[in-house]
Amino acid sequence: MIELREVSKIFNQGQPNECRALCGVSLDLARGGITAFKGPSGSGKTTLLALVGCLARPTSGRILLDGRLLSNLPERFLTEVRRHTFGFVFQQFNLIRGLTVLENVMLPAYPLGWPYRELVNAASILLDRFGLAAKASSRVEWLSGGEAQRTALARALINDPAVLIADEPTANLDSALSREVLTLLGELAGQGRTVLVSSHDPLVFDAAQVDRVVELHDGRIVRDAGRAREPS
Amino acid sequence: MRASLERQRYLLDYTLAALSRRKARNLGLLLAYTLLVFLFSAVLLLSQGLRREAALLLQDAPEVVVQQLMAGRHALLPAAWLDSLRQIRGVGSVKGRLWGYYYDPVIKANYTVMVAPDRSLAADQLIIGAGLARARRLGVADYFSLRAADGRALPFKISGVLDTHSELLSADLILLSEAGFRALFDFPPDHYTDAALTVRNPREAATIAGKIALALPGSRPILRAELLRTYDAVFSWREGMLFVTLGALLLAFMILAWDKTAGLSAEEKREIGILKAIGWETSDILAMKLWEGMLLSLTAFLAGYLLAWWQVFHDGARWFAPVLKGWAVLYPDFRLTPAVDLQQLLVLLGITVLPYIVATLIPIWRAAIADPDAAMRG
Amino acid sequence: MRRPHRFLARRANAALLLLTILLLLFGLSLVDGWWHSRSPIQSADTVLVRELGLTDLSLFTEARYTRHPSQADRFSAFQDHPAALDHFPSGALLPPPPALSAPSP
Ligand SMILES: Nc1ncnc2c1ncn2[C@@H]1O[C@H](COP(=O)(O)OP(=O)(O)OP(=O)(O)O)[C@@H](O)[C@H]1O
Ligand SMILES: [Mg+2]
Repeated sequence: MIELREVSKIFNQGQPNECRALCGVSLDLARGGITAFKGPSGSGKTTLLALVGCLARPTSGRILLDGRLLSNLPERFLTEVRRHTFGFVFQQFNLIRGLTVLENVMLPAYPLGWPYRELVNAASILLDRFGLAAKASSRVEWLSGGEAQRTALARALINDPAVLIADEPTANLDSALSREVLTLLGELAGQGRTVLVSSHDPLVFDAAQVDRVVELHDGRIVRDAGRAREPS
Repeated sequence: MRASLERQRYLLDYTLAALSRRKARNLGLLLAYTLLVFLFSAVLLLSQGLRREAALLLQDAPEVVVQQLMAGRHALLPAAWLDSLRQIRGVGSVKGRLWGYYYDPVIKANYTVMVAPDRSLAADQLIIGAGLARARRLGVADYFSLRAADGRALPFKISGVLDTHSELLSADLILLSEAGFRALFDFPPDHYTDAALTVRNPREAATIAGKIALALPGSRPILRAELLRTYDAVFSWREGMLFVTLGALLLAFMILAWDKTAGLSAEEKREIGILKAIGWETSDILAMKLWEGMLLSLTAFLAGYLLAWWQVFHDGARWFAPVLKGWAVLYPDFRLTPAVDLQQLLVLLGITVLPYIVATLIPIWRAAIADPDAAMRG
Repeated sequence: MRRPHRFLARRANAALLLLTILLLLFGLSLVDGWWHSRSPIQSADTVLVRELGLTDLSLFTEARYTRHPSQADRFSAFQDHPAALDHFPSGALLPPPPALSAPSP
């Protein structure tokens, strides 16, 4: 469903501090399953996810979503696509301070203007599912790392996106919590969502739930290995 | 339609949550803002209210008052002048007025003593203004002695107290008979304080005043128009100066507001990036920030203006009494007639609400067009 | 949500309610002003003005020229200069008489 064709991203082009984060990446991402991007720090994983998720535009090359060219859409439509197609879990969680867990989860749907009760219900269901119901009305500053991670996950899902993008979802977690998150991601993939994960944690790309591992190095794909799904 | 209303409500939700993070600071800002609007509105409402009231009340003041000046000072008017005035063409009726001042050492207040020929008072009877009655705790049938010119205490009996509704005009009045007045002040029998004239054709009042000045050198005619002009200028005289002072206050407040809003903190910028990354549009962020500006400035404006309205028109401007009162002991308890002035409202809005909203929006614009990509890099 | 949601528990509702109340009061103040502008001024006052030939408001009673600014003789107020600062606080609110500030005829 997502196709990348010869995509490059160059930061500060033409300046002395020019940085080629991605060079000529071509990739087909099918619907469903978990795809993990691995690679050393600075290899361009975050950049790639940002491009796929319409958070940034490629310097050159084309990105297609369901056959529709994204790279030259105006900003307004990009937002539209981002809102309905992608859910993000950021490396630093990026929860909004001062708001409660519930409010943080509802946040991506605010501009859509759903009836309040419906939105609260949808968010509560997600929180229930991630075992956060008791924390619904506490402020996000007080959450533990694992709770914050799950809150970020719930927030990414509130608009029911087809694609979930998680940048280093386990970076701040111990291995038990990491496994828990992976299980959650596996469940989501099982429901037909496409999950894109970046990580340099072997626990992630060796996990049973991961269907495909794409390895990046200096902005290029060096290995792309699909794997048959094993029974968990 | 419903969704777009609901969207506004959500944006407001977010703004409020964001504001409540720094509750003390934002409440302080709101308070300072409200106070500022209150001061501006109160000065404007009070001064315009008094001016309007004076203009309405004094519509029926004598068309021309003639004084005699002697050595540059107001002197008593000889009765013979009344006849000379009557002979000037265009002059209607001429009435000699008897009035003066009385200093009451008991409460250290000045009264205006005036003869009321139409009230058929006996020589030892008084009617007093409500302000005076209050200050001296006097009522009908009480005795009130005044010190006469020769040092004797003259006892008077109070036969009436003027209506409190007219206090703005009559708080300090003592009305008595001509005989009483002349006895009290040992006033020369064939003299008056001044003369009040009516004019046959009001439009010729100025011409007639000229004729009077010619016919009676040493006279000083005062036109009703002049009198109205005096009150039109009351307050506007240094209302301007007050506004300059308040303007400085406004400036200080705007600097404060600018500091709060214009210097978008790094944290706020990051938040805007996050919001965009999770699917908010630039217009959502602008609308949210507009709500923030609107909420603060509209609340402050309405609260400040309404407080001023209540204070000036329904609480007798009591908080301002000390300023108006100055050193006077007697102060009228008056109610100004409420009146809306659209232009005045617009001026108030323009100097208080508009700058704040602009100060909120300009810097936000810069942030709102920023790349959501930043959210990916914490 | 398990908790029952009260209307005012939502921040936006409380704020909108406050704004609505303020706007209503503002509307009331407009009506108040409009209403009074229709009914003429209390006639007791105008009768008194006509009867006694009153010329001034009894607002500042501390001195002759503040009690009767329109009748004050030319030198009682602002003894030294028309624009000199005044002795009395009310002088900060009262203008010098027009005769003083107008160019002499
Ligand atoms: N906005 C930017 N401006 C300049 N250079 C950038 C910018 N964003 C990323 N880069 C550079 O692009 C390269 C790739 O960065 P990226 O964040 O994609 O790496 P990564 O694989 O996610 O690394 P990590 O595993 O440490 O998160 C890095 O060298 C980085 O310095
Ligand atoms: Mg990264």
